[in-house]
Amino acid sequence: MSFLTIRNLSAELKGHGVPLLRRVSLQVAAGEVRGLVGESGAGKSMIGKAILGILPRAVAITGGEILLDGVDLLQLPPAQRRRRIGASAALIPQDPLTALNPSRRIGGQITDRLVDILGWQRARAEARARELLAEVQIAEPERVLRSYPHELSGGMRQRILIASAFAAEPRLIVADEPTTALDVTVQKQILKLIQAMQARHGTALLFVTHDLGVVSKVCQKLSVLYAGMVVEDTEVRPFFAGPKHAYSAALLAATPKYTDPAASLQPVPEAVIEAVRREVADADRRAGHG
Amino acid sequence: MADGRGTIRRRAGLRLWLAGGWLALLALAAILAPWIAPADPLAQDLLGGRLPPIWVRGADPQYLLGTDSLGRDVLSRILWGARIALIVAALAGTATALIGATLGLLAGFLRGWVDLLISRLIDIWMAFPPVLFSILLIAVTGPGLGPIILAIVVIDWTRFARVVRAEAMAQGAMDYVASARVAGRGRIGTMLREILPNVVPTIVVLLTLEMGISVIVEAILSFVNLSISTDQPTWGGMIAEGRTSIHQAWWVLVFPLIALFLTVLSFSQLGEGLKDRFDPVLR
Repeated sequence: MSFLTIRNLSAELKGHGVPLLRRVSLQVAAGEVRGLVGESGAGKSMIGKAILGILPRAVAITGGEILLDGVDLLQLPPAQRRRRIGASAALIPQDPLTALNPSRRIGGQITDRLVDILGWQRARAEARARELLAEVQIAEPERVLRSYPHELSGGMRQRILIASAFAAEPRLIVADEPTTALDVTVQKQILKLIQAMQARHGTALLFVTHDLGVVSKVCQKLSVLYAGMVVEDTEVRPFFAGPKHAYSAALLAATPKYTDPAASLQPVPEAVIEAVRREVADADRRAGHG
Repeated sequence: MADGRGTIRRRAGLRLWLAGGWLALLALAAILAPWIAPADPLAQDLLGGRLPPIWVRGADPQYLLGTDSLGRDVLSRILWGARIALIVAALAGTATALIGATLGLLAGFLRGWVDLLISRLIDIWMAFPPVLFSILLIAVTGPGLGPIILAIVVIDWTRFARVVRAEAMAQGAMDYVASARVAGRGRIGTMLREILPNVVPTIVVLLTLEMGISVIVEAILSFVNLSISTDQPTWGGMIAEGRTSIHQAWWVLVFPLIALFLTVLSFSQLGEGLKDRFDPVLR
């Protein structure tokens, strides 16, 4: 039984009827890492936000279900849903510069959730925060806990956000392009850190990214999105050996390779885009009739 | 880089000190007015009317800044007037900030129908000409300190509401708000614990500006004789009286005007200085 199961999730732009997600289905088993890839605007972040209940106001879910540990989140009243998400899921956000409250100290930002939402004793929460910062290899955790975000570097902040995500031992973490806003040398360290933390805590991870290189390193399973539709859902190993879908193959070919720079960075061919668009339209039509 | 930062900080520092210094002096004068004012601000001396300030020929050394047409001591009246000016600034400014910022925060963070309601209210409100509005209000309630403060709040809450709303909207789009929501914080909790601390600097800056504006509004209303009762000296009232005798006794007009000008300028400079202080990039 998967910890997270999404079935036929559809969403659209309120009032405009523009479909953003088209009957998306995917599963993440306990302790498993699934990559969610696609171009900008394919809806990969949207899925993560839908799971965590932080969709922008203008987006409405029009159908489907999101089962977290067997319970459909979409059927729960808001307060109950929030509690359930808070207790079992967490987010590693994209931009470490805006993901910490600039006017509050780091310590409070980590411990607040444990104290206010999970009802921990303050002393226990503070001990846990120190322990976590040590775990994400932050030197001088005491000083960092007393610091404000602007006193710390981007990489440091991302470490703190990772620590914070693991604080309450969630069973699922959504990582929304956690390395995109960082520079290349830091990216590698952060990626390794997420991997190590995930392995140690056995947390299920939904890794949203546009970087197939990252997917090949971190993930076991993979969903490829185009225009809010899953075009391929597969294991990572066979995918990199030879993707089944033409669009996936084109996406793979568009990934830069250091070994052969001339052959890489190919744009996705027009014909492939047309084909996948036709496929999306066909699926829409079938759904409309069915 | 370091040099540039240093200069900006020092300039902001000097500005803060000058503005703060004047306001502190004024506050002191207002508190101590009964003891330090050389004369009774209401005592008339019809034979000693329009005496010039002491450095002008024909002055009476008893009246440092001269007397008005009824022979009342200008310096004493300015000191007593500072009381009214500062009371109005503090009370009206704070009340305006509280009401405007609360509505702005609610509209900007909760969005939806709350925002729609408050935003439309702001739009409608701002269509009224403010001075006419306050004159009308005081004509209904009658003059006095309370009505003046009420008039300022009623006119100016939209200033806070609009700015705080925009700020709350910008903060609401940040990832840290999403993180707090994921962690299970409710909407009101998020608004108070996460958003509010980040809009407080904006509110404080606006508050100092609003205090300056309150002083001006009080002066304007005194000028059209709609302020506090006439037996209390106010700067606006003094300016109104001084205007009629500008050719015979310029000092009756000029000194309260200088006090008013310096005070309003100090409030706005204090606001600007605080804004630089709060800016996390310059901090």
